[in-house]
Amino acid sequence: MRFARTSKLIGLAAAAVLALSACGGGGGTEGGEGNAAAVITANSTEPQNPLIPTNTNEVGGGRVVDLLFEGLISYDAEGKPVNEMAESIETEDSQNYTIKLKADQTFTNGEPVTANSFVDAWNYGAAAENAQLGQYFFESIAGYDEVSAEGSTKNEMSGLKVVDDLTFTAELAQPESDWPLRLGYTAFSPLPEVAFEDMEAFGNNPVGNGPYMLADEGAWQHDIQIALTPNPDYQGTRTPKNGGITFKFYSGFEAAYQDLLANNLDLLDTIPPSSLANFKTDLGEGRWLEKAYAGNQTITIPQYLDEWTGEAGELRRKAISMAINRDEITEVIFSGGRQPATEFTAPVLDGYDESIPGSEVLEYNPEEAKKLWAQADEIDPWGDRTFTIASNADGGHKEWIEAVVNGLKNDLGIDAQFEPYATFAEVRTKITAKDMTGAFRTGWQADYPSLYNFLGPLFGTGAGSNDGEYSSEAFDKKLNEGLNAETPEEGNAIFNEAQEILLQDLPAIPLWYQVRQVGWSENVENVDTAWNGVPIYHNITGK
Amino acid sequence: MTWYIIRRFLQMIPVFFGATFLVYFLVFSLPGDPIQALFGDRPVNEAVAAQLREQYNLDEPFLVQYFLYLKNLVTFNLGNDFSGRPVAEVLVQIFPVTIRLAILALIFEAVFGIIFGVVAGLRKGKLFDGTVLVASLIVIAIPIFVLGFVMQFVVGVKLGWAKPTVGGDAGWLDLILPAIVLGLVSFAYVLRLTRTSIIENMHADYVRTATAKGLSRQRVVVVHILRNSMIPVVTFLGADLGALMGGAIVTEGIFNVPGVGQRLYQSVLRGEGPTIVSIVSVLVMVYILANLLVDVLYAWLDPRIRYA
Repeated sequence: MRFARTSKLIGLAAAAVLALSACGGGGGTEGGEGNAAAVITANSTEPQNPLIPTNTNEVGGGRVVDLLFEGLISYDAEGKPVNEMAESIETEDSQNYTIKLKADQTFTNGEPVTANSFVDAWNYGAAAENAQLGQYFFESIAGYDEVSAEGSTKNEMSGLKVVDDLTFTAELAQPESDWPLRLGYTAFSPLPEVAFEDMEAFGNNPVGNGPYMLADEGAWQHDIQIALTPNPDYQGTRTPKNGGITFKFYSGFEAAYQDLLANNLDLLDTIPPSSLANFKTDLGEGRWLEKAYAGNQTITIPQYLDEWTGEAGELRRKAISMAINRDEITEVIFSGGRQPATEFTAPVLDGYDESIPGSEVLEYNPEEAKKLWAQADEIDPWGDRTFTIASNADGGHKEWIEAVVNGLKNDLGIDAQFEPYATFAEVRTKITAKDMTGAFRTGWQADYPSLYNFLGPLFGTGAGSNDGEYSSEAFDKKLNEGLNAETPEEGNAIFNEAQEILLQDLPAIPLWYQVRQVGWSENVENVDTAWNGVPIYHNITGK
Repeated sequence: MTWYIIRRFLQMIPVFFGATFLVYFLVFSLPGDPIQALFGDRPVNEAVAAQLREQYNLDEPFLVQYFLYLKNLVTFNLGNDFSGRPVAEVLVQIFPVTIRLAILALIFEAVFGIIFGVVAGLRKGKLFDGTVLVASLIVIAIPIFVLGFVMQFVVGVKLGWAKPTVGGDAGWLDLILPAIVLGLVSFAYVLRLTRTSIIENMHADYVRTATAKGLSRQRVVVVHILRNSMIPVVTFLGADLGALMGGAIVTEGIFNVPGVGQRLYQSVLRGEGPTIVSIVSVLVMVYILANLLVDVLYAWLDPRIRYA
């Protein structure tokens, strides 16, 4: 899932934190049936927005909305799509999709889930007048440009058409073979009619069709907790195996960790940095797990800076990449809790290839780095310039950036510095304004399990999160080819060919993949995390 | 006296406007665009951003923003935070929690600080005095977050006497442990202040006179020494009430208390102008009222002080 701001926070916590060799699982529990009536308490944060699927873009609200609503499909633990509300999603040209819904599905207020529940919700999310933070999810649909334009009063996308109660069609602006894969993201959830009467009130007491529902009116106690109980009429694949989930809001992971130790909290989805070194002994066997998920950490070097253009720029980017000792940093700073990157996506994804041609540029090789840097200097002398890496200083990024910077100083003999910013907002504003004077920290958490999600939005020409202004015709062409591929497997092969171009140009320097550490109390079992690092809440049982 | 109090209340008006103006200006000057931050590192749609800016008046120049805020304030409309919740509702939720926490901390530091201070002062140079002096020095020297984490771990996790975190409704009983942590440093100051004051007054002329008159030791201590020694202590406690409320950020963070400090911290991070200004304004009011109370108490403790 793509949870920007908080995922950064977690990223930092995770970054400063992670221990263990990123790949392995720890002591996942394989309990028996367990106690299906137990109410599980889990850590979370106060949702930053009303609980409307299209307006939720951070973890605190995201994990709740994900349990309250069920979309056309859901993802299983490995990220494979499973039909939920959808009976079938069919297309012949990857551009025109026909979506048939299962019959007799209802919201918890008894309203049936129909084609209109989806179409109205998506139109609502895309229309500029509603100012939804998840608006861009609908950008592939034909007619999006009109409804999303500033000041637009149109609120129906021409690409969505209701055929009958259980069928609707979606026409995309251009063919995209992995579009159906995205539909499990919460922004694509259906909304009941009652929502459109007063969206703000609905956001406080949402009525959904997911595995859980709010325990009662006012179950969301602001800044305190939110209580969910199983939805008795739920017929999907994510059937709750517990008596409910209560998300307790914490301002930091430290306090939650103490609660976990005292069995005052059942599930903690992020071990705080201060306890990474000893959480395994604190909790004991069978009460923690450590697992890689679909997220990575990178350094972006913006293409709009003169010294990074042309052949010299390319040589320099390669030199910098080869002067970063990923193995040592993940081992020393993260106690082995990160996995060195070998490409631009993440290893949990279908189609991941750890030995894409050209990936040796991501291996530590100080001699070669020095050589490349010297070559670049012949073309365009670096002089006494300073190489900077910018990031918000909170969140545990300081340590590894300083390690990277020191490595560059030693191996390349250049002046390099960490450029700290006080808040995430501050550095983000400068990045978006294309106002950076050096490199900056970037990272990505997948919204949906697909290689394309790590490539298109970040490196496609003019793409929404292309912070470095990278633009390559060859790369764009490959992406397009991949999207138009007939099968996902074929598409993945083409996406990996596109990555060869990225490894050559290095618009961003991949560093490592994210790993998630989770701990739980003595009172629960059957805890696991999914492909995106989120605990599989509905499977947890009491003892 | 009445006129004095009225005058003090009138003085609060300019202080209030000055404080809100200053805080609003500081928030306005924060680097970074809060709307941008709402989107995180995901694409920002300008149409959506423009709509949000308009909603929170962020597209207006500073003075216009400030006057819009004041205008709404007059009608008791404090605006909404970024999640659409009325700020007034937020204030009603967080202030009782922190007031409970501060009062408990104040009671703790006043009661124990004065008792220990008096005993230490009366037994100057004895073993008890020395022990208390060293102990209080250690408490003052250790940063509050260390004290907090240690107490949380020992009392909350190891001994299990209290829940490690507060959360939820934050009732009086839940807040005892955080209140002790919050009041611990001030407790050490109150103790030392009381002790010094007592030692000074023990040698005052009026004490010798009282003893010479043949008054009982108990009466000399309670009525003559103690009452006069309380003046600096009361000043400290009064000023401390405001400091406890505004300074509870660390303690509230450690114990996950859903109070003023936590909310203020979150709001600063998110750049929520109206929320920050509203919270700080109430804190300023509390501070002024606490000071007023101290001044009134002076007159009661020391009849020589007269306000006209």
